[in-house]
Amino acid sequence: MNRPSYLNSSVVLLALMIIPGFILPDWMRYVFTVALCKAFVVLGVVILLRAGLVSFGHALFFAAAAYSVAFSANLWGIREALVLIILGVLASLALAAIIGLLVARYREIFFAMITLAFSMAFFGMLVKAYRFTGGTDGLRIPTPAVLGFHLLPQTSSIAIYFLVLFCLVIVVYLINRFMNSPYGYILRAIKENEIRVSYMGGSVPKAVYLTFLLSGGLAGLGGSLITFNVGHIDPYLSYWTTSGEFVFVALLSGTGNVFACIGGSIFIEFIKTYAFKYTPYTWQMMLGGIMLVVILFSPGGLWALYENLVQRTKMGGKKYDATT
Amino acid sequence: MDNLLVIIADGVLFASWLFLVAVGLTLIYGVMRILNIAHGSLYAIGAYTGAVFVITYCQKSDWLPGSYLVLLGAAISAGLVLGTLMERGVLRWFYGKEVVLQLLSTYAIFLILEDVLKLVFGVKPYYAYKPLLGAGNFIIGGVNYPRYYLILFFMAVLAGILLWLFMNKTRFGKLVLAVIHDPEISLAMGIKIDRIYIVAFSLGAILAALGGAFTAPMTVVVPGLAVEVIVISFAVVIIGGLGSFVGAGLGALIVGLVRSLAVHYVPELELFTIYFVMAAVLLFRPQGLFPTKEVRKI
Amino acid sequence: MTLLLEVEDLTIHFDMIAAADNLNVAINTGEVVGIIGPNGAGKTTFLNLVTGYLKPQKGRIMLMGKDIVGLRPHEITAMGVARSFQMPQLFLELTVLENILVALATGTGCSLHFWRPLKNKKRINEAHEILDRLGIDEMHDRLAGEISEGDRKLLDVAMAFALKPKLLFMDEPTSGVSTEDKFQVMDTLMNVLNQSEVTTVFIEHDMSVVQRYAKRVLVLSEGKVVADGHPEAILKKETQSVQGVEIKCSK
Repeated sequence: MNRPSYLNSSVVLLALMIIPGFILPDWMRYVFTVALCKAFVVLGVVILLRAGLVSFGHALFFAAAAYSVAFSANLWGIREALVLIILGVLASLALAAIIGLLVARYREIFFAMITLAFSMAFFGMLVKAYRFTGGTDGLRIPTPAVLGFHLLPQTSSIAIYFLVLFCLVIVVYLINRFMNSPYGYILRAIKENEIRVSYMGGSVPKAVYLTFLLSGGLAGLGGSLITFNVGHIDPYLSYWTTSGEFVFVALLSGTGNVFACIGGSIFIEFIKTYAFKYTPYTWQMMLGGIMLVVILFSPGGLWALYENLVQRTKMGGKKYDATT
Repeated sequence: MDNLLVIIADGVLFASWLFLVAVGLTLIYGVMRILNIAHGSLYAIGAYTGAVFVITYCQKSDWLPGSYLVLLGAAISAGLVLGTLMERGVLRWFYGKEVVLQLLSTYAIFLILEDVLKLVFGVKPYYAYKPLLGAGNFIIGGVNYPRYYLILFFMAVLAGILLWLFMNKTRFGKLVLAVIHDPEISLAMGIKIDRIYIVAFSLGAILAALGGAFTAPMTVVVPGLAVEVIVISFAVVIIGGLGSFVGAGLGALIVGLVRSLAVHYVPELELFTIYFVMAAVLLFRPQGLFPTKEVRKI
Repeated sequence: MTLLLEVEDLTIHFDMIAAADNLNVAINTGEVVGIIGPNGAGKTTFLNLVTGYLKPQKGRIMLMGKDIVGLRPHEITAMGVARSFQMPQLFLELTVLENILVALATGTGCSLHFWRPLKNKKRINEAHEILDRLGIDEMHDRLAGEISEGDRKLLDVAMAFALKPKLLFMDEPTSGVSTEDKFQVMDTLMNVLNQSEVTTVFIEHDMSVVQRYAKRVLVLSEGKVVADGHPEAILKKETQSVQGVEIKCSK
């Protein structure tokens, strides 16, 4: 049921995003690409949020993947983007696999704090191991080759945009299926009532652990992709304020819908860029203000606001069908 | 022997700074069950206010002790004003909401205050070193230490003692303890939780500002103070146990000594010893040294 | 009659109080057992112990011949045990239908399936059927947090029932249900349970319910079984003193 719906969503996304890829001015496409890369991480945070867990350390996986790509490209001379992406995601998955074992049984503040601690520990390592990581100077990543094609400087940003878009479309499709599957609902159930889930025969620690893996992997994908776009990374990718930004966008988007995450990410990235350009001392204030308003009036994020509106405009007749 | 003395001195002095900075956070958490991310902002406000007051004061007078009083005054006024504003103006609308949302609301306040600080104080650095340099040095284990560090140490100890006295010997303090212990029953027994929250938060804010104000002479006051301090405060508080003052003290001591050891023997590790200790504590004894809250674990 | 659940010398203390004190119980397949006793007798604790939520300090629990002490609730549930709760444990932000769907999916081991949707025709039909049996199908679209107390109770039982257990524990299934409906609900439940040959153990305070539906009554007091037998034998008088325990029977 609803199989066409998943395909539809992805096709819509593809269509919507193809045109901007070609016609936008370079700097705007750049912002778009960054936003899309970050959207992967936001998705990762959102998935955990659905289960009631706030990760204040997702920047860890983001940074780990990015640095893996940098090492692979610089130390081993790997240029093929697809290989680099796989290496980056593997790195973040490996980290998530280990940390997940330690972390999967924590909740609320403690979950947030322990993820924070790990990401900051990683930050410290990145800064201190400057012989490998360049310390706070960071590392450069050479322009990758995609499917064997070396990218020309004029078209590289377009190519990277479409590479990111390609990954995004696939992920959107998969995550949409995931959200509507029993597992997707179990996550919501865990947030509501873990004990009941356990009493239905569901292993909560296992569900949380695997979700943490998925979440880390998504963040790693974003981290790998962003290296191609920005060409330079530094330890602040792992800083807690980076994690905070992801959480912020996740909250703003709400946990109900994959598109909301993408939209939210783009929205915030543009606000940051514009606001920073014109009013460098107020953009954080604006973000903070928006966040307060969202928490107070629509804690389910802007998506919940949209859903409510939709529900209210359908009067009588067919009720809002949560299956579409 | 000298070396050991220096390591311990380093550790204890750093710990006293940590304690001063973190104790407000644990107080607020203990009473209101809110982990205040904006704690760092209050610290920064204390630092800026302290710096400005001291700079102005030192232009007018040479009396050194006066500068310390000025710092104290700056901290109290900044903490009181901002603490009350934050609590009454913003936080109180979030009581009763999900813990996650409360946490994020403090994060939003932190974001807002970051910019407010830039708008009010600008981005230029503030140097308020007179209170530090004016006090001269003393020697431990063959190493020169500014006497100012001693002042910090005594402030931390004094703050700890006063807090303890306040909590355990005054009527109001006991009410606060009751709320820390069990907010629901306290409410049921007629304790006006709202008032306790205001007082506790203001007190926590003042303490944070105190930490900031007295740090001002030791460093350059620039934007970004808040960001660094937040995580270190979290670490101390988690290690000591959320909500426990004694824990904050011990946590500060542990972190201070561990860092001191790291700095002396394995300097590369300095930055992230604290996070490793924090992670280790969370893994092996998540409720901290002196638990007041049950760890939500399954 | 095969032995389904056997409990030997089960003991657990909370501070100084023995909530279970060398408890010995044997339940056979197909039985319908009512557990009664004063407040604090250890009835819910017994349930918590045999379903793995609490770990006993002493004693054995044998389920279908296997020692289950130390197993977690989800493992015991997977063996065919289900339970409803005194305070309904629901997923408040999900709809009534979704609550049952999740129960159905998890009960069939699909909790971690991530590809096919939760809401497929077969499952939805089954869910509606279950809800209908318990009389709460008309509110299938409403959030579980928005329905009445009594309906929440029914949903709670429905979720346990959806797991198609071999052994079903119900903790005060009719508390919160209006008196007129009590018998109707229990009739339906018991019919269904009988048809599916589910061994049922329920805790109840309402003696009329116990009298009508239980084939066997266990009386618990201070962590021990103080009486065990046919309902008529146990519930003969208005107030009865059984080994020093007062039981008030409401008619």
